[in-house]
Amino acid sequence: MNLPAQFLRFVTGSVRIVLRGNALYWTWISALLVTIAVGVFAYVHQMQTGLISTSMRDQVSWAFYIGNFTFLVGVAAAAVLLVIPAYVYNWKPIKEVVILGELLAIAAITMCALFVLVDVGHPDRLQHLMPGIGKLNLPSSLLAWDVVVLNGYLLLNFTIVTYLLFMLVRGKHPNYAIFTPLVLLSIPWAIGIHTVTAFLYNGLAARPFWNSAILAPRFIASALCSGPAVLLVLMQLLRRFTRFEIQDAAIWKIAELMAYAMAVNLFLLGAEVFKEFYSGTEHVIHMQYMFTGVNGHSAIVPFMWIAVACSIIAFLLFLVPKTRKNPITLNIGCLLIYSGVYIEKGMGLVIPGMTPDTLGEIYEYQPSSTELMVAAGVFAVGFLLFTLMVKVATPIMLGEFRVADEEHGHAKTAAA
Amino acid sequence: MNAPETTRRDLLCTLAGCAAAAVAGGCSDFTHTEFFRSHFKELSEDELTAIREKIEAECKTKYDKDVTVSNTPAREGVQFAYALDISRCVGCRRCVYACVAENNQSRDPVVQWIRVLEMDKEKGIDFEHANPYYDAETVPRPGHFYLPVACQHCADPACVKSCPVGATWKEPDGIVVIDYDWCIGCRCCMSACPYGARRFNWKDPSLPADQVNANMHILGNRPRPKGVVEKCTWCVQRVRDGRYPACVEVCPVGARKFGNLLDPSSEIRYVLDKKRVFVLKNELATHPRFYYFYGL
Amino acid sequence: MKFDIARRLRLAALLAGLALVAGACGRHESSELDLSAGWVPGPDAPTSDSKLHTPPPPFSEGIFPCSECHEADMPVNTKRRELSMAHTDIVLKHDAEHRWCLDCHDAADRDSLHLASGEKVPFEESYRLCGQCHGDKYRDWRAGVHGRRSGNWDGEKSYLLCVNCHNAHSPHFAPIKPEPPPPKPERTP
Repeated sequence: MNLPAQFLRFVTGSVRIVLRGNALYWTWISALLVTIAVGVFAYVHQMQTGLISTSMRDQVSWAFYIGNFTFLVGVAAAAVLLVIPAYVYNWKPIKEVVILGELLAIAAITMCALFVLVDVGHPDRLQHLMPGIGKLNLPSSLLAWDVVVLNGYLLLNFTIVTYLLFMLVRGKHPNYAIFTPLVLLSIPWAIGIHTVTAFLYNGLAARPFWNSAILAPRFIASALCSGPAVLLVLMQLLRRFTRFEIQDAAIWKIAELMAYAMAVNLFLLGAEVFKEFYSGTEHVIHMQYMFTGVNGHSAIVPFMWIAVACSIIAFLLFLVPKTRKNPITLNIGCLLIYSGVYIEKGMGLVIPGMTPDTLGEIYEYQPSSTELMVAAGVFAVGFLLFTLMVKVATPIMLGEFRVADEEHGHAKTAAA
Repeated sequence: MNAPETTRRDLLCTLAGCAAAAVAGGCSDFTHTEFFRSHFKELSEDELTAIREKIEAECKTKYDKDVTVSNTPAREGVQFAYALDISRCVGCRRCVYACVAENNQSRDPVVQWIRVLEMDKEKGIDFEHANPYYDAETVPRPGHFYLPVACQHCADPACVKSCPVGATWKEPDGIVVIDYDWCIGCRCCMSACPYGARRFNWKDPSLPADQVNANMHILGNRPRPKGVVEKCTWCVQRVRDGRYPACVEVCPVGARKFGNLLDPSSEIRYVLDKKRVFVLKNELATHPRFYYFYGL
Repeated sequence: MKFDIARRLRLAALLAGLALVAGACGRHESSELDLSAGWVPGPDAPTSDSKLHTPPPPFSEGIFPCSECHEADMPVNTKRRELSMAHTDIVLKHDAEHRWCLDCHDAADRDSLHLASGEKVPFEESYRLCGQCHGDKYRDWRAGVHGRRSGNWDGEKSYLLCVNCHNAHSPHFAPIKPEPPPPKPERTP
């Protein structure tokens, strides 16, 4: 059997699938491409003028970009954590969608990498992070660890997905002796990437808001809400627009798991809020900045209450079986969870951690238009990548795209 | 440079060159040598000299001024430390501007390594109520005292720990330095620093040609590009030649003291011995080499 | 008689000169910090041989040597009193309740100061006189910890006399104008 030739067919076939689509598909792709163009334009501007075109300053030196990065690490981690019920309990309905989770993870990690890229002052020096020509500051730098685990995670998921799809395309079963260990490895690795990302903040004694032992558990809990929220919507879309059969039971089960995750997330947040406000040390000021404002600085306050409201309402919607099983309330819940966690992680983690700064100064950060455009561009890249990958994966999973049989004969002829 | 090294670099260049060039985007100061430069501590004498001469030539072009970029290393048997008498500081900010002039800090945007905090006497050292923006007719203002803060040159610096590429490190004489040519601008160190001592070049720093201090050190006050972090180096270009930092010499009330911790007859040892000193944020165990004391 | 007139004339001229100097200096109610030089970067290490090099005492112009006016045969009035003939610009704000001119200035040798013991001290070593009361400051100063130093941390330093910063008659510093504050950070829209 000529494997390289089959792989080439797999690739060219995939390209052909990507290039075929209805008007809705092309509208979506065009919209994404336009957004990417806007992002690239904004990024070029940022490179020319410097990061002064963002609203970050010495007082708040990490903000929107790094917040998005953190949120997306969570999405990437949680998407794969769906593998736990699928494989540990061998629960069939979810097992089918695991591959979607892995694809989501790939798209999310790509966006993570892009958000780091747009945040650094010298992207032309990122080779300093590469072994051999650079100097990765291990084991002491948590960002160095993050670079390692995130790249490893990307590689792992890319390998799993490519292998699985390539086998399916050839009409074969994956070799479980290779496949299962890889999938099982991806579970602790998924927890690992989000833990290391949490430690990136957690380890900074200079920032009391982050220097809390439950930060990593909070990260995992909130990620287990936001990641599946994306998948739930996707699964319903696939069910609507393709022959993909996804059982209601799978959707309901995931929603139920999300309710528990959200319960833990809210509990951990509550524990943090209690500790800060009851003990009332000087460190409470970051929580005050977040929830009440300090000395009239309150730009972030409404967002934080919206986030809390979103999370609580979504928790209730997913907890009650009736609303969990109703498609309308289910999707509202997904949207609320996504928004809640996005605000909590994106703005609610990074900005209050930096405000007031280490010498007590309050600089009210709000993203600049450049930051918003660049971020939109990065999200568009991620969505585009995810769309294309799902576009290819769906017919393969449905058995509509095969190269094995025709290729088999062809290969034989060539060999003869 | 030996032959295998050249081969390795050329190979890496061909492999990674294209990708890197794509990533480089708007960065104009991008060359092959810079891309494959080794870490500062692994540079050969020749490479270092080449880099220093390049900076000198760039300054000549840009400022039409003959500057000297030295690479004076740390001296044996020297551990620097600093002491500041907060009972004397009147908050006049002469140190801030002497530092700017000596260290070629950007005038626009304004970059200042020293931040003088005005504090309420009745609150003590309380950052929450500190004011760096006081603009009084005269200082000291009644009921206030002043706390100048810059890099504390910690014995266990959180910034050094956090840097993913080892672009900032502690020198053998205790000065925490940054290689501006190696820094990727991720600002981990700024998040990690408990003293708000680090400054990022959010845009191209500007320095009027007639105000350039031509006495430069490669790890100190030589011009910085945009997109990298900088901070106080205790005037590495001066102190490694035996001189006091600029802020020490300019302070009109003589509140600033500097010297060698290992020299029993040094001013700094006298302060540690005879005065009651404290360090900022002692509880974080960064062990600053910057001591505050009450001289009165 | 002739001699007397000449002497009076000289005294009058001196007083006029003094008044001018005093007027130029403003009222010496407290010490003024020397802020004359902003920071000028560049090599400026001291070249003096002495490890305890001090600048000359900051006399008002034309006032030293004191014996120019306080001639040997001038009668000495040791009575504590308000000065009216000369030195009226001096406001004593230095433990004025207990101190007076001749506690520090030597009545017999006008170009000299004296310690409490009576030992004479030249103006160039006035720190010994200050050190009588301010022993802790004196020790700190000798160690290089009180007052401003310039030069080398490991070698030659230039010291300042106490009176280079503190007006001996009114040692407390007057408040000074601070340099401008840093600009506040501004958001990019």
